[in-house]
Amino acid sequence: MTVTHGGSHGTSTGTEPVDVNDPKLSRFDIVREGARRDDIEIVTYESQFDGQNSKAEKRIVRNIALLFLVSGLFALAFVVAFIVWPWRAELGRSMGDYFTPVLGITLGLSLFLLGIAILAWAKKLLPHEVSIQDRHNQPSSDDDRLITGQTMVYMVDELGVQRRPLLKGAIALGLAPLGVAAAAPLIGGLIENPHKGDEPMMYHTGFDPVSNNGQLVRLTRQDGSPVRPDDVSVGGQITVFPGIPHGATNEHADSPTLLVHLRADDAERTRSAAEGDEVNKGGMWGNYVAYSKICTHAGCPASLYEQQTNRLLCPCHQSQFLITDNARPIFGPASRRLPMLPLEVDEEGFFVARSDFREAVGPDFWERP
Amino acid sequence: MKRRKLDLAQVPANIGKGVDDRFQAATPLRGLLNKVFPDHWSFLLGEIALFSFVVLLLSGVFLTLFFDPSMREVAYDGPYTALRGTEMSAAYASSLHLSFEVRGGLFMRQMHHWAALLFMASIVIHMARVFFTGAFRKPREANWTIGVILFLLGFFAGFTGYSLPDDGLSGTGLRIASAIMLSIPVIGTWLSAAVFGGEYPGELIIGRFYIAHVLLIPGGLLALIAAHLGIVFKQKHTQWPGPMRTNDNVVGERMFPRYALKQGGFFMAVFGTIALMAGLFQINPIWLFGPYRAAEVSSASQPDWYVMFMDGLVRLMPAWQIDIPIGDGYVIPPLFWPAVVGLGALFTLPMLYPSMEARRLKDHKSHHILQRPRDAPERTGVGAMAFTFFMVATISGANDVIADKFHISLNAMTWAGRIGLILLPPLAYYISVRICLGLQQHDREVLAHGVETGIIRRLPNGKFEEVHQPLGPVDDHGHPLPLDYAGWVVPKKMNRLGALAPAVKGFFFPVEKPVEAPVSPAVPPVSGPGTREEITSGR
Repeated sequence: MTVTHGGSHGTSTGTEPVDVNDPKLSRFDIVREGARRDDIEIVTYESQFDGQNSKAEKRIVRNIALLFLVSGLFALAFVVAFIVWPWRAELGRSMGDYFTPVLGITLGLSLFLLGIAILAWAKKLLPHEVSIQDRHNQPSSDDDRLITGQTMVYMVDELGVQRRPLLKGAIALGLAPLGVAAAAPLIGGLIENPHKGDEPMMYHTGFDPVSNNGQLVRLTRQDGSPVRPDDVSVGGQITVFPGIPHGATNEHADSPTLLVHLRADDAERTRSAAEGDEVNKGGMWGNYVAYSKICTHAGCPASLYEQQTNRLLCPCHQSQFLITDNARPIFGPASRRLPMLPLEVDEEGFFVARSDFREAVGPDFWERP
Repeated sequence: MKRRKLDLAQVPANIGKGVDDRFQAATPLRGLLNKVFPDHWSFLLGEIALFSFVVLLLSGVFLTLFFDPSMREVAYDGPYTALRGTEMSAAYASSLHLSFEVRGGLFMRQMHHWAALLFMASIVIHMARVFFTGAFRKPREANWTIGVILFLLGFFAGFTGYSLPDDGLSGTGLRIASAIMLSIPVIGTWLSAAVFGGEYPGELIIGRFYIAHVLLIPGGLLALIAAHLGIVFKQKHTQWPGPMRTNDNVVGERMFPRYALKQGGFFMAVFGTIALMAGLFQINPIWLFGPYRAAEVSSASQPDWYVMFMDGLVRLMPAWQIDIPIGDGYVIPPLFWPAVVGLGALFTLPMLYPSMEARRLKDHKSHHILQRPRDAPERTGVGAMAFTFFMVATISGANDVIADKFHISLNAMTWAGRIGLILLPPLAYYISVRICLGLQQHDREVLAHGVETGIIRRLPNGKFEEVHQPLGPVDDHGHPLPLDYAGWVVPKKMNRLGALAPAVKGFFFPVEKPVEAPVSPAVPPVSGPGTREEITSGR
């Protein structure tokens, strides 16, 4: 017989409807009738084996059973290892080093073998099947589209907003403030003015004397000890922090600075470049120069100092800055030089910052002058 | 009153009746049990993402029981001696505690991280499958869009999760995120100040990321995954072309029992694989990175793989700063273009692609039959172009590591990336379109002339020619009648037709056993355009 597909219900399987209460029907007949009522035709449904209890079937059943058992064994091993394996980290080589790998192997294999067992069951034991289901992807009938559309227009009509312009205006004027009111606490609570206060966050670091009762801020190491010129050997460099409470912590994440002791000829070049610059003029002290360590590109510490070429490299995006030329960017995505910290030595012989950085420190932003 | 004897055999039936009396479940349940799913291995890629997400939820809940999302400074006094006495945030200290002092904690942490990486990887591969086969076409554009948003949410879920331990690497990632916010014109500083609660890093960000990572983003993911699956269920899955398959039907297996059982087994296998990786392969050893300090970073600071493309784009961007000389002067930093505009474009362009293609081809019909990539060469070319762009960007995200390991100049790597990003995608487009056309051509040749047998025959006039095995009927002269292309695999080798003995497979298999032509209900061999009449007329 010929069958047109996507046709009306009931006829698409090519079989007549059956009475499911007929006691002569097998269970599969009922299942097939159920499928037919869902517009599904079971085209083939055949066992993978010849007859009942074939040798091949028995072999597969044995293998699957084995998989389940081995999976269970590994699960048991996982629980045992979890409980009895020494797991605390100790100095040097110890059994504890293998705790995580043992957990991984036992649990992983247990789950994996269980998965394989289930997959084998489905793929090797269950009958092969090809069924065809009608997709029912026709749009709704034209009548239904019309009815639904008209209903929706009717609803709007009944409200009468079109006929009552006063209401239209009142809704807009009444609801808009409420919408703002709903958003206000969330936005208002989060907003912080980045430019407010005596210490605006974009233009202020820990080296500002304002945060040190007007006294010049010392350059200190991570542990808070101040730095003398002799502490940095020629060609060497150290990271310094503002010598104020919490100066070396993330509270002052913009403050880390690189103090470099240049070789004489490099220092000469650096000085002549700095003297020719309006902002950096007089910022060096002897052969020492200090630049902000925070990359002007994305804020990583530009901390790889190449002594031979006098370049500073930022390891995050490979921006390179030339120390001898006002830390001008010479390669990579950074477009702005590193700000220079003007140096001085106080009467006790320690480095201090003559003032805060004269340019904004850190990643670039819109309103930077 | 006489007590009725309990008939055990009737219990399930009685329960069933009771349930149906109350919920009228029998009719809809019949439809559910009977629903037909088409089967093909490539339809399982999205499942891996789903299963990874389940593992993420399970392991993630465990982690929250021990993690302290606080930036309070504490001195570490745990068993990891290298950091003992170091000042660090409570978040980092609790992550170390979780790794060293909670039984199985490190295992769970690594499981969470590996599942996240697998989640993102399977989303990308699933998206590629959907793209290259045209499964995004009408009526599935909405689900494609949801999929793109799922990738975006996964991206942010990954980034926030990566930031939580507050170790040296993740702090650097946060710093870059703050710089990206700062680079946005006009609102940059305000946005960064709002997110961080003032100056970077402040004391709030870990707590805020924590609630985003454990509630807001997973909530969004759950809702969208539910919508994604619901739409697949409603619209029914696409299918490959083949005998009996039309645009109006679904050919495959009913959901129960075999299809559902296979899904269950596959879930266990994915779960097991993640557990194996979690136990055997170290990931994100935070104790080696130390606590985050603004002044410290190591080279080879790479983010997780799905963020690397963005890092690569940022590295390749030339230092083009735009100055706007109004008032005190304003700046658009170069970081803005790759990180904000680039990322935005990379997510909006895929969302718009279905409508762009439909408009270009003036194709507004519904499609439920998939296309082989070769049959839509331009789409395949566009996909290859996008993939190449992504790969160059991703590799550039590790260009310092490559430069170091292969002793290449770092600057040369950057320049190679810049040039490659512009030159390679069009090249990939051209090559893949040519390959697609070549494959199409070959399919047509085999259908017209038959399969090359490798047998060379010498004709009486001295000419040599190869014998072809026709795939269909032949005319009176023995020449094959041309067959139409049905959109599916054309057998191109004789052993695909069951002709040749297999190569020696192993000791236990007889060498002489002929290979069977691959027959499976999911992928039947192609025998020309299948029609319904052929299949049912024999019954």
